[in-house]
Amino acid sequence: MATIDLNKSTIRELNEKLQGGSTGDKFIVNNTVGKHALSVGLTKEVDVEINGHVGYYCAGMNQEASIKINGNAGPGLAENMMSGEVRVTGNASQYAAATAHGGLLVIEGDASSRCGISMKGVNIVVGGNIGHMSAFMAQSGSLVVCGDAGDALGDSIYETKIYVRGKVKSLGTDCVEKDMKKEHKEELAKLLDKAQMNYAVDEFKRYGSARKLYNFDIDQVDEY
Amino acid sequence: MSKDNPTLIESATFPRHVIAEIQRAAKTGIYDIRGFGAKRDIPTFDDLVFLGASTSRYPLEGYREKCTTEVVLGNRFAKNPIHLKTPVTIAGMSFGSLSAQAKESLGRGATLAGTSTTTGDGGMTPEERGHSKTLIYQYLPSRYGMNPDDLRRADAIEIVLGQGAKPGGGGMLLGQKISPRVAQMRNLPEGIDQRSACRHPDWTGPDDLEIKIQELREITNWEKPIYVKVGATRVFYDVTLAVKAGADVVVVDGMQGGTAATQDVFIEHVGIPTLPAVRMAVEALQEMDMHRKVQLIVSGGIRSGADVAKALALGADAVSIGTAALIALGDQSPEFDDEYKAIGSAAGFWDDYQQGNDPAGITTQDPELAKRLDPILGGRRLANYINVLTLELQTLARACGKSHVHNLEPEDMVALTMEAAAMAGVPLAGTSWIPGKNGM
Repeated sequence: MATIDLNKSTIRELNEKLQGGSTGDKFIVNNTVGKHALSVGLTKEVDVEINGHVGYYCAGMNQEASIKINGNAGPGLAENMMSGEVRVTGNASQYAAATAHGGLLVIEGDASSRCGISMKGVNIVVGGNIGHMSAFMAQSGSLVVCGDAGDALGDSIYETKIYVRGKVKSLGTDCVEKDMKKEHKEELAKLLDKAQMNYAVDEFKRYGSARKLYNFDIDQVDEY
Repeated sequence: MSKDNPTLIESATFPRHVIAEIQRAAKTGIYDIRGFGAKRDIPTFDDLVFLGASTSRYPLEGYREKCTTEVVLGNRFAKNPIHLKTPVTIAGMSFGSLSAQAKESLGRGATLAGTSTTTGDGGMTPEERGHSKTLIYQYLPSRYGMNPDDLRRADAIEIVLGQGAKPGGGGMLLGQKISPRVAQMRNLPEGIDQRSACRHPDWTGPDDLEIKIQELREITNWEKPIYVKVGATRVFYDVTLAVKAGADVVVVDGMQGGTAATQDVFIEHVGIPTLPAVRMAVEALQEMDMHRKVQLIVSGGIRSGADVAKALALGADAVSIGTAALIALGDQSPEFDDEYKAIGSAAGFWDDYQQGNDPAGITTQDPELAKRLDPILGGRRLANYINVLTLELQTLARACGKSHVHNLEPEDMVALTMEAAAMAGVPLAGTSWIPGKNGM
């Protein structure tokens, strides 16, 4: 177990150390005070526990690593994550898991706007509410919201599946409510279990693409 | 006036191509989408000429006295800057809009000529990486195929904020070009139209961009030069902000820059020509005392060694070619004229890159059409073309007495029109007048 104090180490030193870790290594990071680009570009199965709030792009492009943030996260948390797991115990700011291709992001608190924007395969579980325009142009993967969703959820969505337990303020263009089939309930149950969120699957509704905008049609121009 | 009937007078306001567009719009109800770049007549580098050496300057001997062309890009912060033999680079063009053979040809040609090529939307293909000695990885708003392993495999990273053909616009790769491989790389279903976003999903302004650059550097161990590419609009401010955000290299793409597909109204009516864009970018760099410290790459309508020389004389460090590179590979070739005509175009006029039915096999995903381009031959043609540009550049630089092409300067040129004089900031030929300078 190695401890890195950001009062004494630079961000470069921190990331070099984390990126150079070997499978199974454990790291603790202290005194983050909202610094940016912490624990980015990791490629190995290491465990990182970050104590304190983090700034932009924490856990960006993560591969394989498990990263836990005991605090709140700034914009772009786990952006373009490929694999591994990122968990934040507090809230996450805008664009959490933007364009992320894989892995699991768990936000125990609320997520701000554009959570899961252009997501490409990641799974996201939010314990609280999410802000407007979440899952905008979301391509694949699943977004689970245990609280409420803001305006224009899933606008211009492709193949991402969205599960919401609470209210949806409004759905975005081409996003519709869909049936909860057996396979969806199974997937949702697995995600809730992995995220350690204790909710009944039957409390959720599923949303996804109506697939009406998949090919440009001049008659749909009023949708925008 | 008609050649056959002198009493018929064509309207300057409604010439035949304008009438045809009104008729097309009325028939279809949709705007015209096409590829290529701006076709309208605008001030270009053709409106500048060099003042060769004479009594007050002496030239260098062609073929005998050295005029070097090597360029170093990205030595501001990056541990591994890019070293090129020529200042002519290949602009970003995607696998998806181009065939795999076309991308391979670009890589082979650039490598033979000692220069770099650039990925595009959709990510990096192994063929492209394998055949490009120096490969610049574009970091685009859509992040299609964006993979940190590819970032690390690249030689430099180009953050694309815009392009000259459509500053402020995104893109659309139409379903007919979405082959199974393209769909898989972009993580979307086969056959659907793929919208490329117009802005990045995880930042909103120059202060955020600074943090994004920091993140990219942290992920790539501060090894890779970071380019920032903008479409030419508010060039002075954009270049200033890119430098402030930490760019190693700024790429400015003028309105003549090509595209795989966008609205004609966008191509022809948004952005400014490359000619003033170079001067504005150089002024921004000079004001920050960053000229030659942050390198400037200029693109958009570069066709000849003269264009390269003039861009460098105005202060650019290098240029990028896109449309011209495709033409070198075989785009617009008279060999395919009958086939161009069969799809309603002609060699020299073809611009429907979005349709995917390119007779030259370049802007297509149709395997039968794509086979028409031999990557080895294509690469050879491109290398020949880049070599000619470089030789022409050296010829002009030697005539001005320069032992390195970067020693060319605005003082070596005059303008043939008032517009070009004002835009480029060089005197109108035969005068000392630069419109707009010193209150004149």
